[in-house]
Amino acid sequence: MPQIEMTVNGERRRATVEARLTLADFLRDECALTGTHLGCEHGVCGACTVLLDGDAVRSCLVFAVQAAGAHVTTIEGIGGEDGSLSAVQEAFRAEHGLQCGFCTPGFIVSVTAFLRDNPHPSDTEIREALSGNLCRCTGYQGIIRAVQRAAQS
Amino acid sequence: MKPAPFEYHAPETLEEACGLLGEHGDEAKVLAGGQSLVPMLALRLTRFAHLVDVNSVRGFSGVRRENGTLVVHAGTRQRVLERDDEVGAAVPLLARAAPLIGHFQIRNRGTVGGSLAHADPASELPAVAIALGAELELARAGGATRRVPAEAFFVGTWTTAAEADELLTAARFPVRPGSCGFAIEEVARRHGDFALAGAVCAVSGDGMAGLALFGVGSVPVRAAAGEDALRAGAPAADVAEAATRDLDPPTDVHASAATRRQIARHVVERAVTRAREEQRAAN
Repeated sequence: MPQIEMTVNGERRRATVEARLTLADFLRDECALTGTHLGCEHGVCGACTVLLDGDAVRSCLVFAVQAAGAHVTTIEGIGGEDGSLSAVQEAFRAEHGLQCGFCTPGFIVSVTAFLRDNPHPSDTEIREALSGNLCRCTGYQGIIRAVQRAAQS
Repeated sequence: MKPAPFEYHAPETLEEACGLLGEHGDEAKVLAGGQSLVPMLALRLTRFAHLVDVNSVRGFSGVRRENGTLVVHAGTRQRVLERDDEVGAAVPLLARAAPLIGHFQIRNRGTVGGSLAHADPASELPAVAIALGAELELARAGGATRRVPAEAFFVGTWTTAAEADELLTAARFPVRPGSCGFAIEEVARRHGDFALAGAVCAVSGDGMAGLALFGVGSVPVRAAAGEDALRAGAPAADVAEAATRDLDPPTDVHASAATRRQIARHVVERAVTRAREEQRAAN
């Protein structure tokens, strides 16, 4: 079985894994980072979104072996080291951008990457950027407001 | 929802990658961005004894200009198409088509070659390649390469002219000089979904006319009758009628054949109108 090493939220992780193990399962089962959620496990829902060398990707569609040598940031690595919330997280809280919270890690990670690349998005761009993440509770209005607020902060 | 076991290969050279495909043939599948393949593996719609991951192959990604051609290496991420200034200037259609592919998280990982080789009839890049008259470059072990016109490459749903031991290495898009107009139009239920129907149109002042449809059959379709009407200067509605007259689109849960045909006519008309507007403005 392949041996891999990668940096997750600034920490070196080493493991021997089956080639078919997804990055999502590696993060949850090997690294005990269960903030990365698995909704559909086939790339539709976006709940498992992480940053892979800075790019938002679905971690259920990347095998852990493919992330060898990479820098991965999960929802656990988005806030400050002292436990403080990021601007995006603060905005989601302030605008009620979540209800049950299952989809939230994927939204936060996606929006973090989106606003980094496009700090002053139009409403249309925000809606397009959110289209890759599914939320079954909120109806998205609070999430859209949260992104608008985070962009202004 | 977990893929069946497979042997994983991560070759670092093209020769090595082609060698693995030659050795394992039908037992092996190329893993590029994985945005279509991995879901199919996870759902166990398919399984392979060997996956050949081409992400580490040297020289497999990137874009370069070769005289009148833009060469997009197969491993180039779809995200590059929408961000790279050289792509936008040389082949504007690629930059316009890319944002319609899935979502940005998908395009960060998905590759140009992967989308072409996967050959989903409702995807954008195959139709763009056909409308622009692109050529696809294939390699096999021993260094043999060949080029296939895009129109001949797509032979059925998820099926291409590439043999099991061949690897798609690049797509070669002609860079059109002079005043040109390009447009891609599609109708999808939600942003990022596969289109119910879509159209790609390319026109130039010197008589080039390219028209291709996607989502209307088992392969992306070059609308030859529509191209003739386009070249003859027919009104957009007549071009659309000519382009869609012989279509036999599928009926499924998303849309009936009649609805698809109507949408196809609509998107062709819109694409032709926009492409002509752009071409006239560039004159």
